Amino acid sequence: MSRKTTATRQAVVTVAAWTIGFLIFFPILWTIILSFKSEGDAIKAPLDVLTSTWSLESYHEVQERSNYLKHFWNSVVLSLGSTLLALLIAIPAAWSMAFVPGKRTKDLLMWMLSTKMMPAVGVLVPMYLMFRDFGLLDTRIGLVVVLTLINLPIVVWMLYTYFKEIPGEILEAARMDGANLRSEILYILTPMAVPGIASTLLLNVILAWNEAFWTLQLTTSNAAPLTQFIASYSSPEGLFYAKLSAASTMAIAPILILGWFSQKQLVRGLTFGAVK
Amino acid sequence: MATEHSRTAARLMVSPAVILLFLWMIVPLGMTIYFSFLRYNLLMPGMESWTGFDNYYYFITQHAFWDALVNTLLLVGGVLVITVVGGVALALLLDQPFKGQGIVRVMVIAPFFVMPTVSALVWKNMFMNPVNGMFAHIAKAFGLQPFDFLSHAPLASIILIVAWSWLPFATLILLTALQSLDREQMEAAEMDGASWLNRFIYLTVPHLTRSITVVVLIQTIFLLSVFAEILVTTNGGPGTASTNLPYLVYAQSLLNYDVGGGSAGGIIAVILANIVAIFLMRMIGKNLET
Amino acid sequence: MGQITLSSITKSFGDVNVIPPLDLTINDGEFVVFVGPSGCGKSTLLRLIAGLEDISSGKIEIDGRNATDAAPAERGLAMVFQSYALYPHMSVRKNIAFPLKMAKMPQAEQDRKVENAARILNLSSYLDRRPGQLSGGQRQRVAIGRAIVREPAAFLFDEPLSNLDAALRVTMRQEISELHQSLKTTMIYVTHDQVEAMTMADKIVVLNAGRIEQVGSPLELYRSPRNLFVAGFIGSPKMNLITGAEADRHGCATLGVRPEHLEVTADGPWKGVIGLAEHLGSDTFLKVAVEGVGDLTVRVPGERGLHHGQTISLLPPPDKLYRFDANGMAL
Repeated sequence: MSRKTTATRQAVVTVAAWTIGFLIFFPILWTIILSFKSEGDAIKAPLDVLTSTWSLESYHEVQERSNYLKHFWNSVVLSLGSTLLALLIAIPAAWSMAFVPGKRTKDLLMWMLSTKMMPAVGVLVPMYLMFRDFGLLDTRIGLVVVLTLINLPIVVWMLYTYFKEIPGEILEAARMDGANLRSEILYILTPMAVPGIASTLLLNVILAWNEAFWTLQLTTSNAAPLTQFIASYSSPEGLFYAKLSAASTMAIAPILILGWFSQKQLVRGLTFGAVK
Repeated sequence: MATEHSRTAARLMVSPAVILLFLWMIVPLGMTIYFSFLRYNLLMPGMESWTGFDNYYYFITQHAFWDALVNTLLLVGGVLVITVVGGVALALLLDQPFKGQGIVRVMVIAPFFVMPTVSALVWKNMFMNPVNGMFAHIAKAFGLQPFDFLSHAPLASIILIVAWSWLPFATLILLTALQSLDREQMEAAEMDGASWLNRFIYLTVPHLTRSITVVVLIQTIFLLSVFAEILVTTNGGPGTASTNLPYLVYAQSLLNYDVGGGSAGGIIAVILANIVAIFLMRMIGKNLET
Repeated sequence: MGQITLSSITKSFGDVNVIPPLDLTINDGEFVVFVGPSGCGKSTLLRLIAGLEDISSGKIEIDGRNATDAAPAERGLAMVFQSYALYPHMSVRKNIAFPLKMAKMPQAEQDRKVENAARILNLSSYLDRRPGQLSGGQRQRVAIGRAIVREPAAFLFDEPLSNLDAALRVTMRQEISELHQSLKTTMIYVTHDQVEAMTMADKIVVLNAGRIEQVGSPLELYRSPRNLFVAGFIGSPKMNLITGAEADRHGCATLGVRPEHLEVTADGPWKGVIGLAEHLGSDTFLKVAVEGVGDLTVRVPGERGLHHGQTISLLPPPDKLYRFDANGMAL
């Protein structure tokens, strides 16, 4: 391959990649642009939209009319709460499976994964009735529990794959040095696994933040996170493009930023270690 | 590293996770199975009675079920084809060296982090709306009649929206797999005189097969339960044109209050998902050996 | 103090019996080396003593105390691992202090002991670095430092030098020997390298398939190996083992002769052609095909100008022949 064709080829690749990347990203970009326009300008033809004046008015209106902050806070509590709870349960479990593997460890891991395969709709009715009977509908605590259970298998799996990479000899060394189980996990394993635990936390916050089955079914307003809040724009408010765009931008911005940090972990977490 | 002491500790520490997941799996699922054999309507409390397989019979024999089943398969199949083909192409493209790789990567991945309700509403209103949507504006600019996507091609529109959300996932995983391809192996093949096409067919494709399988299986699990996108765009309509199985179960149990029928539908959905799950678990299980 | 007694201990993993009943006494202050080919159970034996694995049956006593069911931490032993097993997220200082912290020792005393150990091991200027910033030899020293500060009843070393390059291995070998001489604490050292065993040990335990083949001082094993396995394992290059007619003439099933004992003379009884000559300067290693005997390795001191294709004759020293019966036991 001559030098010249390589240069031409690179130019073609660059143009193609940028074009496709831009097209895929465009809906998000357009949403962000519309969020800074007035309602009247937002429905104009695309080129007129771009030349119209910029404003923050939609953001003010969204907050005034629908208490965006409440839903944002609900999303934070639900995603962070469920992830932390899942980590608390999963760290000891992953320790056991990674460092004291038994004959059934593999089966146990596969079984945990299988609970993730169960479609939510299969248990929708009893969950709804139980929530209704225990007065948990539209409460944050109920939803935190459900989101914890949904994500627990992924959390255990991710931690398991990270823990597997820590040499067992180091934990044995700690044991020889007189550390009991608590010290071993607290002073040695956890600090060593901090990057893995952080990635797990990140990915699960993202998954919980975007979860849109149970959050839509089990909340109405008090505990409603941003998924439900946005769904309320379904109609007829969806026709107010600028407000919808402002609300959407605020709903996805935090997670978009977190997500960009966690690309690598995403692959590992969502394929249960099958692709690294 | 396995003394009796540490084994006991291990069992103790793994048990909360196991017990919780066991309860989570068995209690609601058991209740669903139980409800599915009852005549049970939320509007008529206290009137529950045993009906055997009637709920299954009625659920399966209604037109809506077969429509939903076909729609579910079309939705899953359509999204899979778009994301896998697009994902392979995009991964091959992004694997080449070019300027601004990092930025393009970030742009391509972004849709995956957009919550389903947002992506559905953005597409529905800002792009597919026949009056003010982007597509309508473009059609008008060319002097064409704007097309009402969600009324006239509801399922195809939903497939497009869902595929947009999942294309980054497929791309990211296939790109990761591509990057783990042994460069020396590639160079050896080049030395052996293999053309680009031959290298693609004999080295790249076999290398990607595993990852493609994983992508297909994992996406299938998630795609079988697409819900939010349908709820905020078409509500399953017009008629049942965009109703999939999860949406049908939701409509039957929580909109029509027919708990028995909804439960029967739920169990059918579980069975369908399990067929896929078995294949996926085999794949991942094999990977555990190494 | 540091006397360790193993009484008919066994270990099996599932159906696989790794250690058949085994008895061994390690005296206080001894440097004991477990040596054997990989998979012989030497590391398992060390881990049983450490308490990192349960024994399946038998009894372990440390200083007369029954330690069979004691947790690793309660046995008062310190271990240096093959991978060093340093805590990567802690500084060298914290690594060395970790056992003391676990023992809840006052901070001032911890500091004093760490400084002291660092001085002995030449680590004083590295105390605030992370293990990742150290060379292999320095990491090895940190691992040893972490063991020293505990003032254990005995040190356990699990192939500690196998990750170092050849030159460093020699230096560290000497340092560990010197450490033993100054501390006079019991040390148990596992290796597959018979040179390490020969140079360091007071007592060598040769293991094969979980069984003890022979226990003795390095020279005892060299001079009078109890069986073929020990004869073949101890000594470098390996002892020549001859079977067939030549062995029959000496009244044994296998005749052994060490390469360094064979003499190249003008008219020895064994005549052969040199197939390969390796010139090391200090020594020359020859591979000689001897008629009716087979291929023999010969170690000739110095440079003798011997080369490939030359015919020579060898003299087996009558007083340095090893004879083994059909079961491989020394006669």
